[in-house]
Amino acid sequence: MVNVRPADLFPAIAKLQKLYVPDGSQVSGTELHKPFKEWKADRDAPCERVRTPKDFFFPQTENLMEFKREGKTIEIVDTRRETEDFVIFGVRACDVRSFSILDKVFLADPVDTYYKNRREHATIISWACSPESMRETCFCHTFGIDCADPEGDVAAWFDGERFYFEAKTEKGTQLLDSIKDVLTACDEEPVWDLKTAIYQAKKELPLADLTTEGFTPDKMMEYFSSEKWGELSEACIGCGTCTFVCPTCQCYDIRDFDTGHGIKRFRCWDSCMYSDFTKMAHGNPRVSQLERFRQRFMHKLVYFPANNDGEFGCVGCGRCLAKCPISMNIVKVMKALKEDDKT
Amino acid sequence: MQESMKQKALALLADGTVDRVLGWKKGDFVYDVTPAVFESTEEVERDFTFSVFCGSNLSKYLVKESRKEGKILVFFKPCDAYSFAQLLKEHRVIREKVYAVGIECYGKADIDKLRDKTGATVIHSVGEANGTLTVRCFGGKEHTVPLYDVLLEKCESCKSKKHPVYDELLGDEGEVVDDCNRFDSVAKLEAMTPDERYEFWRGELSRCIRCNACRNVCPACTCEKCIFDNDASGVAQKAAADSFEENMFHIIRAFHVVGRCTDCGECSRVCPQQIPLHLLNRKFIKDINELYGEYQAGADPDTRPPLVNYNTGDVEPSIVYERGGKENG
Repeated sequence: MVNVRPADLFPAIAKLQKLYVPDGSQVSGTELHKPFKEWKADRDAPCERVRTPKDFFFPQTENLMEFKREGKTIEIVDTRRETEDFVIFGVRACDVRSFSILDKVFLADPVDTYYKNRREHATIISWACSPESMRETCFCHTFGIDCADPEGDVAAWFDGERFYFEAKTEKGTQLLDSIKDVLTACDEEPVWDLKTAIYQAKKELPLADLTTEGFTPDKMMEYFSSEKWGELSEACIGCGTCTFVCPTCQCYDIRDFDTGHGIKRFRCWDSCMYSDFTKMAHGNPRVSQLERFRQRFMHKLVYFPANNDGEFGCVGCGRCLAKCPISMNIVKVMKALKEDDKT
Repeated sequence: MQESMKQKALALLADGTVDRVLGWKKGDFVYDVTPAVFESTEEVERDFTFSVFCGSNLSKYLVKESRKEGKILVFFKPCDAYSFAQLLKEHRVIREKVYAVGIECYGKADIDKLRDKTGATVIHSVGEANGTLTVRCFGGKEHTVPLYDVLLEKCESCKSKKHPVYDELLGDEGEVVDDCNRFDSVAKLEAMTPDERYEFWRGELSRCIRCNACRNVCPACTCEKCIFDNDASGVAQKAAADSFEENMFHIIRAFHVVGRCTDCGECSRVCPQQIPLHLLNRKFIKDINELYGEYQAGADPDTRPPLVNYNTGDVEPSIVYERGGKENG
């Protein structure tokens, strides 16, 4: 284990690679990772509570290619640029896990080269939570995520003065090696204390007892046919908030934009809550909001794990709990479906 | 208030006056209430709630609900009743199918503001007494804050405590608030130079993630199919072609609800990116007041809105040249 003062750390990384840190200058609650400028001493540094760091790998919109017409020829332009190496600092444990969920989608055959390019160039420094960074909406533990010991290339803990680092991957080891001049070797004891405080606080969270028990592939038809969906989806206004603030939602649309002298083919986030999602030549198989609503939660809780070795499509970050305009969310869905089990 | 609303709902369900009740259902935390239709007295007994966190406006649900079998009881805060009156004016809600109970309101709380103001992290409960909120956190910490300091934006400049339409009232009925100061924020924007104003809106709207929550929650947006969702319209882009298109979406939407927007403030309440969208609508309301005479959408179910009415005294379109816009801008 090594430690370092923030004042030494950030300039050292920023000298070598592009460095993104949580930006507390945004409107409260809408923080984004921004290129590093200066470190503001703040133990309870901003967490991204609306936008998610998935933007780094899967941006809301991106151009895939362009078509240019000249006379009778059409030129296809590859708009991809080689990404430079970059470091994302301060990703919480839930959001780090979301990257491996996105990997299962985008890096599976056929590999999404746009995503892969950015993913390969990134080094992720995660950041353990603190009792102050937690909210009542947190339930990462439900999905086996340990916010006291986050995944990532390098895990970080902060005691108010120094960051403690532990490399978790080869990439992480390389990063720490590249800034070794500012790092001091130390023992792990201070981090044990921090972890103890985190575990203590976690135990008191209102959703501490929420588990995924019962959400197994054999329940697929039972849950799909549950009477509860009507009541659960009744107030849904069909906006895309839950999907756009979700770190694991990965659906997109590909469309062509007519520039007048060519075509720009772009992709953009799409939402299963929208009325034209799954629209095909014959029409739309999901005609009601109930069906769209059910799709979102069945995907996260049943379909995705059924196809991905039991990995759920949710990391318990709690953003949808905090941001849904009508306060309906995956926790309420899980609880309601489990009630069915009991009866 | 919650108890008398509950009793009212139970009584009217029991005697058959209504078949369903539209109200708020309690959630897992103190603030995460969900609009809900209650179909039985058991459901009302079990889940019905009314608290300082019931800021959501139930009127839009009546577009669908009033087209179902039977009659539905709905609870309206004064501002919600304005939306209801406006929907009646637009023939979007079937009046006979609705039993409207007006409830008194002293403002609703914004959970984000409450958190910012008190520094509360893991909230366990929030108590309300005599205009003061007491936030209890896990671990035993307690914070108190006046409700006045953590009101939803729409409540900060509440325009009326009076229900323009109702079948029955619960609690005290108030008056229209003449000095609500809701146009002060618009006047501040008007005082900016065009460049400053442009920068202000570019900054605010740059955070938009096009989730459509503002549109979908808006009681004035009740088109069966929004043009922005219609593939055949040519404008149904889910992504902006350039960084200005997102801004245009909001400006177009604001234009579309001119004269119909009651200033219920739901757009700003639900925006996950905290964009002050209500300011666009308020600018239009202020303009209508100045150009066509005082008009409040939803204040009654009958009068014609100024933009679908004609008076010989109406302002000429050339007014735009006299209003100090930026040339070629």
